[in-house]
Amino acid sequence: MNVVKTIRQLAGALAVTAKHALAKRPTVQYPDEMPALPARYKGRIVLTRDPDGQERCVACYLCSSVCPVDCIQIQGTEAIEDDRRYPLKFSIDFARCIFCGMCEEACPTLAIQLTPDFEMGAYSRGKMLYQKEDLLIDGTGKHPDYNFYRHSGVPIRGKAIGEAAHEAPPVDPRSNLP
Amino acid sequence: MSPVVYWFAVVIGIAITVFALVGMAAVLVFGERRVLGLLQDRYGPNRVGPFGILQSIADALKLLSKEVFIPPFADIRFYLLAPVLVATSVLVSFVVVPIGPGLSWAADLNVAVLFVLAMSSINAYGVFLGGWSSNSKYPLIGSVRAIAQLISYELSLSLAVMGVVLLSGSFSLSGIVEAQRIPYALLQPVGFVIFLICGVAETHRLPFDLPEAENELAAGFNTEYGGMIFALFFLGEYMAMLLIAALTTTLFLGGWRGPFLPWAGVLWFALKTGAVVLLFYWLRTSLPRLRYDQLITFGWKFLLPLALVNIMVTALLGMFWM
Repeated sequence: MNVVKTIRQLAGALAVTAKHALAKRPTVQYPDEMPALPARYKGRIVLTRDPDGQERCVACYLCSSVCPVDCIQIQGTEAIEDDRRYPLKFSIDFARCIFCGMCEEACPTLAIQLTPDFEMGAYSRGKMLYQKEDLLIDGTGKHPDYNFYRHSGVPIRGKAIGEAAHEAPPVDPRSNLP
Repeated sequence: MSPVVYWFAVVIGIAITVFALVGMAAVLVFGERRVLGLLQDRYGPNRVGPFGILQSIADALKLLSKEVFIPPFADIRFYLLAPVLVATSVLVSFVVVPIGPGLSWAADLNVAVLFVLAMSSINAYGVFLGGWSSNSKYPLIGSVRAIAQLISYELSLSLAVMGVVLLSGSFSLSGIVEAQRIPYALLQPVGFVIFLICGVAETHRLPFDLPEAENELAAGFNTEYGGMIFALFFLGEYMAMLLIAALTTTLFLGGWRGPFLPWAGVLWFALKTGAVVLLFYWLRTSLPRLRYDQLITFGWKFLLPLALVNIMVTALLGMFWM
């Protein structure tokens, strides 16, 4: 047994741990310190409004279809006053949600978004079922300038077909005038 | 004073000593977790109480509230006796440790060193009985390995101590401290190293903790123990570590002697013992575990001849010196 070599190896091992004793520890002392989350962190789900203050969700059922764990349940309806579709009931079961972000990718109106908030603990499973009033926020979320109805051809009260941005008015197929 | 008052005072003193030692073991457990965290780039427990100092109390309450399940296939007498042997032998050994000038129960016992070595052999009995009486395969393997390890390293431990006894001329621990004008670690460097290595092996701590390694044997000889009985084994192990640190200080580092402040003997003793305990923690974090055959080979083929040579050289040099 090579004594000198063994002693050098042992001393090397002791030196490594001693060096680590002097280094700053990378632990984030939650909840006294908050971790620095990136802006695209996939946390709590919210329903946003467009810049005019109306809710963006048009109850197209794309998010609930694409959800891998079937945690989104929607009942859509149409408003009488301005012909816009909106969800009468919108619930997300956060006990099932896996925060994958597929619903945010599928949404055509950028209504449903994932925010960097993870503090959603509850003491009972019932409290984990969020209804529309828990999900709808007053702001625009991540996309402050996007209004779906300015770009789509869907007619609502106050905007007929052909009056959206980048749209030409519809052609009359029965006359041959340009 | 009348005998009744005298014995009453003795009983109170014993109770205070036992509580102090068990409390010190609890502090050592907490300290180990924080120091290990410091050396491993993380924090130890720091939630319970300011800086986590109430963690040991929380652990004690948890262990008290757990069910003491006695397996029906265990040999009940030795199953219950084993942790008692371990804890008692270590507690009794503290009787002869001098923590200050004239401050101990019986440090001037003229066979104090032999007494401590005998108590450590009883400790080995306790570890072995714990595994044997549990009547199950992992504790059996753990305890067989433990007792082989303990008796092998006890030999070299005793021989390393004999070097100190040769130098100081007495077996009593207070006599050894009195005789240390220069700390014996300088006069007996090989003996000091051997004593430390054997001390780590005697308390089965890393790198010699194969008998109770969690990822080897599901906790080794204390697999079948739970609740307060397990706490006895656990505290016994940490008190044994404290005992080995105290003995190292007494035998090799000058005990309660210090270069200045002669009245602060207890403080010097505490500082030196704390430094040795920190060394034990440091060894635990840094070094990998020795495989069982490597452990036994090292104890018999390297340490024992080295300790014998150490004694012979000490005796020869002593003859020429005097």
